[in-house]
Amino acid sequence: MLREIYEPKIVGFFCNWCSYRAADGAGTARIKYAPNVRVVRLMCSGRVDPAFVLKALALGADGVLVAGCHPGECHYIEQNYKTMRRFAMLQHTLTALGISARRVRLVWASAGEGAHLAREIDRFVEDVRTLGPLHWQTQLAEPDHTAEIDRILVEHAEAMEVGR
Amino acid sequence: MSDKGTLAIYWAASCGGCEIGILALNEKILDVAAAFDIVFCPCIMDTKARDVEHMPDGHIDVCLFNGGIRTSEQEYMARLLRQKSKVLVAFGSCAHEGCIPGLANVTNRQSIFETVYLDSPSTDNPGRTLPLPEVQHNGFHLALPVFYDTVRTLGQTVKVDYYLPGCPPEADRVWDAVVAILEGTLPAPGSVIGAQTTVCDECTRTRSEKKIKAFKRTWQVWPEESQCLLEQGLICCGPATRAGCQSRCPTVNSPCIGCYGPNAGVEDQGARLITALASVIDSNDAEEVERIVREGVPDPVGTFYRFSLAHSLLRRAALVPDEERHELPLPRAAQ
Ligand code: FES
Repeated sequence: MLREIYEPKIVGFFCNWCSYRAADGAGTARIKYAPNVRVVRLMCSGRVDPAFVLKALALGADGVLVAGCHPGECHYIEQNYKTMRRFAMLQHTLTALGISARRVRLVWASAGEGAHLAREIDRFVEDVRTLGPLHWQTQLAEPDHTAEIDRILVEHAEAMEVGR
Repeated sequence: MSDKGTLAIYWAASCGGCEIGILALNEKILDVAAAFDIVFCPCIMDTKARDVEHMPDGHIDVCLFNGGIRTSEQEYMARLLRQKSKVLVAFGSCAHEGCIPGLANVTNRQSIFETVYLDSPSTDNPGRTLPLPEVQHNGFHLALPVFYDTVRTLGQTVKVDYYLPGCPPEADRVWDAVVAILEGTLPAPGSVIGAQTTVCDECTRTRSEKKIKAFKRTWQVWPEESQCLLEQGLICCGPATRAGCQSRCPTVNSPCIGCYGPNAGVEDQGARLITALASVIDSNDAEEVERIVREGVPDPVGTFYRFSLAHSLLRRAALVPDEERHELPLPRAAQ
């Protein structure tokens, strides 16, 4: 039997001022990197509500990459420190929920570090590849009991002589 | 027939506290009885599911449904009461967001059965019998409800008209809802009946700058009585929890544990709480932060999602944790 082809689906949240420009720069410099990351540009990594990451995972992402300016270089002074603290709590929580902390990663990249960011993306994609698909919606799928419940409804109605 | 309205009160995966929450209306319960005939409430009256099955659709004016959906029987009752009720209210934290029964979403049916029927010290089950949904016995076919792996909220099961949060809902908020129903001043269908803001907005403690080097657990400190509990290092869910209780727990020197669910506009209470706590940790050093979190929050799911796991974005823990998968890497796409 043919096994399913697996290309990790990764959502990236990149800060406008550094990492998004780094990714742009990598493109301009024709540096090759894995095409698995769908990037969402935000003004700052501090804008990344942990709910964004959870939602991405819940809706089918296999991993989430957050990228921001280096510590001390955030354009909104110290928001990326908050990102770092949130990230620690998020990873701690995901681990407790049986989701590997390796499915989410936080990287710092300044506007000039296109090559560095490209390398980080490649490494992350390979790491998520070894973890395999997350397929969160299948974790939530209960066998469908609709038919059974409809049968109970009919049985009750007959036994209780509803409508007679 | 009287010209009173009809009221149903039902319980699913819950503890019975919501019925007590209704009784906490005290003498106002007489006003409720004057306005409504209670047509179905297994907690206090001898009424059966079959009585509901006999009713025409939409016969019940208001159904207060408490409890989450853990079994096929509860799902059946949820659907039946939806069909028979004009207004279906998810009453209390369990129906609204899973509550404590929903915390069992960190595990699954198999391990719950093993704990309850095999492993618990008080269990004597030499035949290692586990409940089955169907069994043949002496020529009879016997059936039990199917026990699900995942607790769902009422809103994840059927269409809900209103949500009344709280574990249990505060009597004053229940009364507000009764008045809104009687006077026809209900908000838009699908909304939460209650406050929009957070517990912090009702809390009278003084707040100043929050800088925390270590989280403490309630048994480790005797909190000072006027200062914000979070500033004292206790994890208080106030910043991520809907107001409505007059900040009942902080008032008696105990941190909020989040029973009113997320405040308006917040989808995931745990994520909101993580955001709030990240702002107060006093360290910019990744390793130190990691240590503060690990040592200060030994049970992140029970701390951030004590009442709202079933209602959160992920809803449950992985059925097969990443750590337990042993698949070979799948083939990649051709370059
Ligand atoms: S502006 Fe880049 S992380 Fe804040």
